[in-house]
Amino acid sequence: MKTITHHIPDPMLAAYAAGTLPHAFEVVVATHVSMCDTCRVSLEAHQAVGGAILENADAADLPEGMKSDVMALLDQPIDDPQPAPKRAGIYPGPVMHALRNRAPRWKSLGFGVRQSILSDGPEGSLRLLHIPPGRAVPDHGHNGMELTLVLQGSFHDETGTFGVGDLEIADEELEHTPIAGEGDPCICLAATDAPLRFRTFVPRVLQPLFRI
Amino acid sequence: MAADREISEQTTWMLAIRDRRDKQAFARLFDHYAPRLKGFVIRSGLDAAQAEEVVQDVMLTIWRKAEQFDPERAQVSGWIYQITRNRQIDVVRRVARAVPEELKHEDDHEPDPGQVLALEEETGKLKQALKRLKPEQRTMIEKAYLGDLTHQEIQAQTGLPLGTIKSRIRLGLDRLRHELKELREP
Repeated sequence: MKTITHHIPDPMLAAYAAGTLPHAFEVVVATHVSMCDTCRVSLEAHQAVGGAILENADAADLPEGMKSDVMALLDQPIDDPQPAPKRAGIYPGPVMHALRNRAPRWKSLGFGVRQSILSDGPEGSLRLLHIPPGRAVPDHGHNGMELTLVLQGSFHDETGTFGVGDLEIADEELEHTPIAGEGDPCICLAATDAPLRFRTFVPRVLQPLFRI
Repeated sequence: MAADREISEQTTWMLAIRDRRDKQAFARLFDHYAPRLKGFVIRSGLDAAQAEEVVQDVMLTIWRKAEQFDPERAQVSGWIYQITRNRQIDVVRRVARAVPEELKHEDDHEPDPGQVLALEEETGKLKQALKRLKPEQRTMIEKAYLGDLTHQEIQAQTGLPLGTIKSRIRLGLDRLRHELKELREP
């Protein structure tokens, strides 16, 4: 397996541990951690910091009977409503969870580029992108931040080369043209906290139609 | 020094719960953590009634998911912290939290006491380091992990000794990376 070289920065991991990331980013972080032991260790370190803060927290009085209520519930049978997500093929557990355990529903964007939207709302968007080898993702800037995590193949742009498990973080300033590498088509998980604005690919007036 | 080299009672309780479904150990764990949990949850913005509901859910989750507790990888407090944040987010957001795939030890895996102690030692140092911070820095760190700061706000706090704090515990956890890798490879 190729070594992952582009990781999650510390502030983002801390925000993930504390649960303050927008949901689309949260899925990307959980997916990267599923693929990357370095970041899993880092995340567990952040959780340890959270634990130290919990351990130092001031105790608050509990209502009478709460303990006996909880003790009485221990033997109750339960069904686990949220089993841990499982990987399927190239899609790690958190992606399968976002896909509701179904295969992606690809929609063509032209020139062999396809996307499958997993969620889209005012807080941001989450989608899978499928880019044939050597093909460019249309040049685009960002209104906010964009996270792109490679699940298969690779891409390169002005900032470097990204292989399986690598995470690119692009802010508003970055105008980049990611191009898929040779070999397998590049499949990425991409999350934004604002709508994307494509430059050359689709006229702006059509963007709401394509939701890109 | 010999007395310092014993596994903490929290870890001992948790292992008794995990391996023997020991209700007495659970009762002691409850007495230790439930009041702290309530204080912690209230500080992160829930009212008393909501907080009590979260505490109850978290304590039950500890009992039900005890088999996921791995003392080589997480301190009891860190493990409970994550369960608590997950629960709080589910309550507030009504969208299930995205969580990573789980790693599982073989069923017959016996924890390595040396590793468990090493991790506890690092966590002890971490707690000391938190106490030594300047008050405003400590408040900021607490706010970050209580979920009071957005990602951008954490990033903007350049004076926040996030890396320093974390690297203490990181040292202990890094030793596990090789093992983690083996667990993950199918």
